[in-house]
Amino acid sequence: MDKILRVNMSTLSTAIEPVPAAWAGLGGRGLTSTIVAAEVPPTCHALGTFNKLVFAPGLLSGTAAANSGRLSAGAKSPLTGTIKESNAGGTAAQMLARLGVKALIIEGLPKEDKWYSLHVNKDGVSVQEETELIGKRNFAVIEALEARLGKKTGVLTIGPVGELKMTAANISVKDPDSKLRSHGRGGLGAVMGSKKIKFISIDDQGAPGVKIADPEKFKVAARTFAKALLDHPVSGEGLPTYGTNVLVNILNEAGGLPTRNFTYGRFDGADKISGETMNETITARGGKVRHGCHAGCIIQCSQVYNDKDGKYLTSGFEYETIWGLGADCCIDNLDDIARADSIMDDIGIDSIETAVMFGVAMEAGILNFGDSKEMLRILNDEIGGGTPLGRILGGGAGSVGRAYGVTRVPVVKNQGIPAYDPRSVKGIGITYATSTMGADHTAGYSIATNILNVGGYVDPLKKDGQVELSRNLQIATAAVDSTGMCIFIAFPALDIPECLPALIDMINARFGISLTGDDVTNLGKHILKVEHGFNIGAGFTNKDDRLPEFFTTETVAPHNAIWDFSDIEIDEFWNF
Amino acid sequence: MRITVKLFASFRLGRFKFAEQEYQVGTDCRTIVLALGLTEAEIGVIMVNGRHAALDYVLQEGDTLSLFPLVGGG
Ligand code: SF4
Repeated sequence: MDKILRVNMSTLSTAIEPVPAAWAGLGGRGLTSTIVAAEVPPTCHALGTFNKLVFAPGLLSGTAAANSGRLSAGAKSPLTGTIKESNAGGTAAQMLARLGVKALIIEGLPKEDKWYSLHVNKDGVSVQEETELIGKRNFAVIEALEARLGKKTGVLTIGPVGELKMTAANISVKDPDSKLRSHGRGGLGAVMGSKKIKFISIDDQGAPGVKIADPEKFKVAARTFAKALLDHPVSGEGLPTYGTNVLVNILNEAGGLPTRNFTYGRFDGADKISGETMNETITARGGKVRHGCHAGCIIQCSQVYNDKDGKYLTSGFEYETIWGLGADCCIDNLDDIARADSIMDDIGIDSIETAVMFGVAMEAGILNFGDSKEMLRILNDEIGGGTPLGRILGGGAGSVGRAYGVTRVPVVKNQGIPAYDPRSVKGIGITYATSTMGADHTAGYSIATNILNVGGYVDPLKKDGQVELSRNLQIATAAVDSTGMCIFIAFPALDIPECLPALIDMINARFGISLTGDDVTNLGKHILKVEHGFNIGAGFTNKDDRLPEFFTTETVAPHNAIWDFSDIEIDEFWNF
Repeated sequence: MRITVKLFASFRLGRFKFAEQEYQVGTDCRTIVLALGLTEAEIGVIMVNGRHAALDYVLQEGDTLSLFPLVGGG
């Protein structure tokens, strides 16, 4: 039987609860957002006693469905003040699902100044005091826990950045190779740090496993679904070969690659940091071009990137990180960006927020544009070391912008704007403005249709059709984020007619229910409204659904594009 | 007329990254695609001077033509 695990850090007690009927049909983001909205007062301090940190595997996690091993983490975000869901790969989602853990809810704050860890196994969850690993970085935590608890142990951990409650802190998840994936956005690592939990270990020995109501139907649907993933050129070929970093060149060509803290739309050094160059470099140095962030991923957009001596440098090396530290900071040295990626994993900080932050810090004069060595030093010594400057920088782009009086600060609801200029790719601008999460490209990835010709084409430089495009994508994404599926299944789902019905068939076969496509759309709408309701309760209004002023006053080359949506046009988004 | 042709992702294999090439006035994107040994079906995105264009778009002197297979990320 599925269950809810609840941990009260104020009393250091735990409980196993039945799944309320209203939560039974939910998973992933749908469940974390429903729980946060039901149990967390929207006006609470995100690092205070009333916030709750919720983890939930997706509806299909733990099954044989391809790409279903994503874990959602939710809370009120200390970065944005909004509700937050951030999902990640790694081994934890499948382990929790096999243990029958529908959600893990962590509430309260410990009374004593001590650190703790949680351990989840077939008997439930327990709280222990932790001393040895406090202050340790993430890779050391993983190594120590594998020695202490065994190689197969699942781990969720925070680094020093989370311990110090910096608002760009992430929560890292161990992947199948004992490396890290992250619940990156929104500072959830600081929430875990506020609850003084250094790590959560998971042991799935003796787990009952996931019961499938109709195994035959499931098998057929799973096969159709996997075939669609492999047949589509993006998920079947582009992503496995070039990773997400294939986007550098295409965004650069389109004039949508934010450069020098969002001053230009093209970067002279783009080809040096591009997916094509990365593919050649990885191959030449004996790394791995394709790699999955969890067992069961058949797309495998991740990779193993080695240094010039063939030694492991980093994995899960994503476009947004490379864009941010690359074009936005004018750094064209891919090896240094890879070093930074590894340090960010190790100290436990969101690589998107940090990359955007460095663009602002360079504009502020804290370091020079293009100075990758100083960027590495600051990451490791100042942020990783928790110095006063490091804490300002570890608060993200908005934090450093405020501290240094910078006006060109690319954030929405205080969360850094990733990788796609909203002036020259207008659909993503609507997503940044309206997402319940603050600026988040994954919330409604209009790039697919604006730039990549997936799911049709809507001209990125015109306003027509963008609100509708972003709305449809945000609704669909909220639903997909509830299944445990990686968002990259959206590429085949947008183009191959059998893909989405097969996904719905798998959910139906898993639970013995009969959802239709409309039900799934309604689920997506419902999730967005629940999240929006939380944000309104926290004090947000339509006036917060806006891009920073500079996008409306500064044009971006080469198309001289500007952000020209009226307030009324943007607010139309919520009309559903 | 001179056209700068840029190729990306798998289109570079066995071809080139960037090249300036001479074409007859009135040449459209399709003609160049086929001359490169690419098929229409392989084409994901065509951009002319950083704007999306169709196969039958007629190029002008000095244009930059960028060709991509279907790619994605996020
Ligand atoms: S495609 Fe990439 S992000 Fe998605 S599940 Fe696979 S490795 Fe993880």
